[in-house]
Amino acid sequence: MSVVERQEWDVVVVGAGGAGLRAAIEARERGARTAVICKSLFGKAHTVMAEGGIAAAMANANPHDNWQVHFRDTLRGGKFLNQWRMAELHAQEAPDRVWELETWGALFDRTKDGRISQRNFGGHEYPRLAHVGDRTGLELIRTLQQKIVALQQEDFKETGDYESRLKVFQECTVTRVLKDGGKVSGVFAYERESGRFFVLEAPAVVIATGGIGKSFKVTSNSWEYTGDGHALALLAGAPLLNMEFVQFHPTGMVWPPSVKGILVTESVRGDGGVLRNSDGNRFMFDYIPDVFKEKYAETEDEADRWYEDPDNNRRPPELLPRDEVARAINSEVKEGRGSPHGGVFLDVSTRMPAEVIKRRLPSMYHQFKELADVDITAEAMEVGPTCHYVMGGIAVDSDTAAARGVPGLYAAGEVAGGMHGSNRLGGNSLSDLLVFGRRAGLHAAEYATGAADRPRVDDVQVDAAAAEALRPFSAEAEAQEPAGGPPENPYTLHQELQQTMNDLVGIIRRDAEMKQALEKLAELRVRARRAGVEGHRQFNPGWHLALDLRNMLLVSECVARAALERTESRGGHTREDHPTMDRRWRRINLLCQLTDPTGGLAATDPVRGQIALTRETTEPIRPDLLALFDKEELVKYLAEEELYE
Amino acid sequence: MSSYEARFKVWRGDADGGGLEDFKVEVNDGEVVLDIIHRLQATQAPDLAVRWNCKAGKCGSCSAEINGRPRLLCMTRMSVFDREETITVTPLRAFPVVRDLVTDVGFNYTKAREVPAFVPPAGLGPGEYRMMQEDVDRSQEFRKCIECFLCQDTCHVVRDHEENKQAFAGPRFLMRVAELDMHPLDAAADTGLDRKRTAQDEHGLGYCNITKCCTEVCPEGIKITDNALIPLKERAVDRKYDPLVWLGDKIRRRS
Amino acid sequence: MATGTEPTTTDPHPPGGGVRAAPRAAIAAPHLRTDRWWLAPAATAAGLLAFVVYSTWRAFANTHYYAAPYVSPFYSPCLAENCEPMKAGPNWEIFGSWWGISPAIIILIFPLGFRLTCYYYRKAYYRGFWASPPACAVAEPHKKYTGETRFPLILQNIHRYFFYAAIPVAGILTYDTVLAFRDEHYDWGHMGLGTVVFLVNIVLIWAYTLSCHSCRHIVGGKLKHFSKHPVRYRMWQWVGKLNARHMLLAWTSLVSVALADFYVYLVASGVFDDPRFF
Repeated sequence: MSVVERQEWDVVVVGAGGAGLRAAIEARERGARTAVICKSLFGKAHTVMAEGGIAAAMANANPHDNWQVHFRDTLRGGKFLNQWRMAELHAQEAPDRVWELETWGALFDRTKDGRISQRNFGGHEYPRLAHVGDRTGLELIRTLQQKIVALQQEDFKETGDYESRLKVFQECTVTRVLKDGGKVSGVFAYERESGRFFVLEAPAVVIATGGIGKSFKVTSNSWEYTGDGHALALLAGAPLLNMEFVQFHPTGMVWPPSVKGILVTESVRGDGGVLRNSDGNRFMFDYIPDVFKEKYAETEDEADRWYEDPDNNRRPPELLPRDEVARAINSEVKEGRGSPHGGVFLDVSTRMPAEVIKRRLPSMYHQFKELADVDITAEAMEVGPTCHYVMGGIAVDSDTAAARGVPGLYAAGEVAGGMHGSNRLGGNSLSDLLVFGRRAGLHAAEYATGAADRPRVDDVQVDAAAAEALRPFSAEAEAQEPAGGPPENPYTLHQELQQTMNDLVGIIRRDAEMKQALEKLAELRVRARRAGVEGHRQFNPGWHLALDLRNMLLVSECVARAALERTESRGGHTREDHPTMDRRWRRINLLCQLTDPTGGLAATDPVRGQIALTRETTEPIRPDLLALFDKEELVKYLAEEELYE
Repeated sequence: MSSYEARFKVWRGDADGGGLEDFKVEVNDGEVVLDIIHRLQATQAPDLAVRWNCKAGKCGSCSAEINGRPRLLCMTRMSVFDREETITVTPLRAFPVVRDLVTDVGFNYTKAREVPAFVPPAGLGPGEYRMMQEDVDRSQEFRKCIECFLCQDTCHVVRDHEENKQAFAGPRFLMRVAELDMHPLDAAADTGLDRKRTAQDEHGLGYCNITKCCTEVCPEGIKITDNALIPLKERAVDRKYDPLVWLGDKIRRRS
Repeated sequence: MATGTEPTTTDPHPPGGGVRAAPRAAIAAPHLRTDRWWLAPAATAAGLLAFVVYSTWRAFANTHYYAAPYVSPFYSPCLAENCEPMKAGPNWEIFGSWWGISPAIIILIFPLGFRLTCYYYRKAYYRGFWASPPACAVAEPHKKYTGETRFPLILQNIHRYFFYAAIPVAGILTYDTVLAFRDEHYDWGHMGLGTVVFLVNIVLIWAYTLSCHSCRHIVGGKLKHFSKHPVRYRMWQWVGKLNARHMLLAWTSLVSVALADFYVYLVASGVFDDPRFF
């Protein structure tokens, strides 16, 4: 079986969203021959869906802004669970990463004096988000894509081959990270169009595959978000960090059913949109938590004045961090004050003239007009929480983005954990992609080009990976054996998984339900081994889904196990049975690892599960960073012993 | 409104051949054509190949032809059709078919590489760029492009004439040339690259006969013809067919 | 890889082939449109044809083009000796006595050229008369296509010269409209129904002329930095607004100019008396 084609590269980047492309650009500029693999076409990655903007303390809109304020906001948003060194690097480097985009041709919206305009967003003290209308993600991905083309044009001039130093393998899926001993040696992948297998040998692999939203029923994420990178890292022996923290964006579309979950950008609220329940009340005023009391307006008048005069008024509570708003909407609906289709009303029509709405929120206007037949300049939108982002992810070293425990493995972007703590602020995602994408590319390139000898890819691993990938085609035959059941439809399995995660490990979590979810996941895991597909390997979506199920099941188990373990409510993790934040949990990280890292998945016990959890106490926050906060504020978050250290 | 059963014809096959296959499938309130294709996958044709991604009209992956018109599957609501109507879905017909509704759009990536990239101005570092909103408005309109390639698909220059694919970049990439030529800080001219001239000499602007199908199909509503292609033609005229402008430029450069 | 990023190794002379040829999806029909796609090109062709027939007849007729104080826009300015005398009117005998045929031919070259090379009319007749393409995603019947890359269609690039020429022509028609505020005895301060027809026509002619894409380019579109030329930016925006209605203006001004001519014909041939308001 080892007639699989092999190619040698220095750095392989898995994923071509913002983080992947930024990593690839950096690696190539540092002299490493770099390959990028992505499941979609080049330039279609989920980053295009990002709407609001890139958070960076450039102080264009408010001169008081600086990296310290940004750092502070990020930690507050993440409820102090953030890997503080990442938050620090992120706040410091974000402005440079944004300015760099301009030198590659990006065109952000401008201020009156010709600088990059910055807008308000939830949790950010000052207007901080560089943006292009409400299509910032598109601008980001296109700019990076065009920068890659620019580099390829340079290479073409020199070598006559566009792809001599930087190549994009589009519409290909990686199913395994290969290793030589403990170190990374490459990846095993297949071409989606032909089903052909191939191996890219490389000493360094950067995982930048994004999130896990497709394990949930209502999600703003695209089909690509099946937790591939999380699973690849787990299978390669790297731990995942704090997987219980899943962000439910407060405003997704709720109607019509086919678009349920699609995002309604936070800019709608940043630009003046308000949330109302069916009684017409701006209910967010009732949901300001104590830790945020001083920062948010108590009356509608004050909130409305803030848009014009932010220095002398407090911000409207619609701009609380996402977890707070999502929970508030959830309670309103639960208490019977929801909109006809089970959401609440988000209204800009009474707040801004129609032309302003069309100019500032063109994609939202378009999206509602086209998909829901709703004119947002004339009527309110109906919105509700939607699974949006996973704060947890591959545990990485803050400075180098290197995954823990597996030399040669790097991770950046949503797939990496730690940066956002228990909850991510809007706008911090795009800056995260750029800051840590670059760092991952840089360190991967240094590692790869500095390595004394190249790791080997042995045939046994390649054969095993190929056999695993072909398994769904033989499910029909195996089903005849007495031990097995009938072959399973991968689409049905996927739907059941999404329903389980949505209902039992969703926005509000309960002990018994999560235990039930773990049982259901065990059942699905067994059935997924019988997921069968018809047809052949050429562009066969049923087969692709059958392979993605492995990843979704692994990741879902991590989420459920970690969520069951953490007996408090914090950021993107809300327990009904433990409704408050517990300062003792502030220093605790939960790490997920494969129970049986050597035996692969076949040997795994269906009941006990595949994931082992360990608790880890985090390193204390550096004193000079702690000094950025008032003592009174720290008391709310930090455990006693931390305060006196 | 309730659910009903719709009749579909979907092209299935690959480079070796294929044809329209009939399906009857349930349709619910508020659905788009892509939902129906997904329902076919989940219930009747698990290996039906279709390319899609964001399902919100933002990524431009699910381009196909519905009742003979190039459209995004995810942005075509079922409610625009008559319930009795048979809805025909085929792959894009300007590009080689791979399988079912998936085509090889490599032509577009080849053309993208042929347009020289943005040239940063010498002497301006990151963070020093100053551009006025009115100066970036035009290029920003073109950067709304989601690269769905519907304009490339519908343009008769290549749709009906395979042999023109060599010489003609297509509306999307001529628009890219226009975008860069209108970029307030693009310094291509300083490196001896005249985008106005190369638009015609290297990217085949002359093939465009401004019949506006690109504008008609653009799901982003970009006025490709009026705001990009025609202005670019006029800019090419400045260089190649207008002695007055040429003379004016010469004199201005001297002084 | 099927959708590879490698440049496809293309044959320098690939075989011709269109929407029905391999390697594209095997579909025999030239199009699968179910709407009445043929309606728009058919209506366009019919409209243009009607104008061509009418204007050819009127241009060569060389009669009934002046009924004081109105001169048909087809015959203005009248530049040969054989023109009818118009008091203070636009008859300047530049061409002298050797010009034998209808003097309309001399001047009509300019508005005709302006409209023939106009970006809107190009679309209209490429689609309506030449079926290139007949409608979007409907296969065109031609084997080869070179567009505007070679003679004669490369001459479309001279549109802006016709635009330059269209301005004095519109100026003279404006002058004619001013003269229409006289009565048939050339006394000033009068108005008739014809005056209104002329007023409407001249407004539409100007609007069409200024909404021209070349005009939009010249007043500001060619600039890289609008912020450095605020006045031209204003003008560009203003022309842009008109330009968005270029098609509408092209048709309404075409109809209005024909109507203005027809009005003069009716009055001059005695079919009809110009109703005078004052």
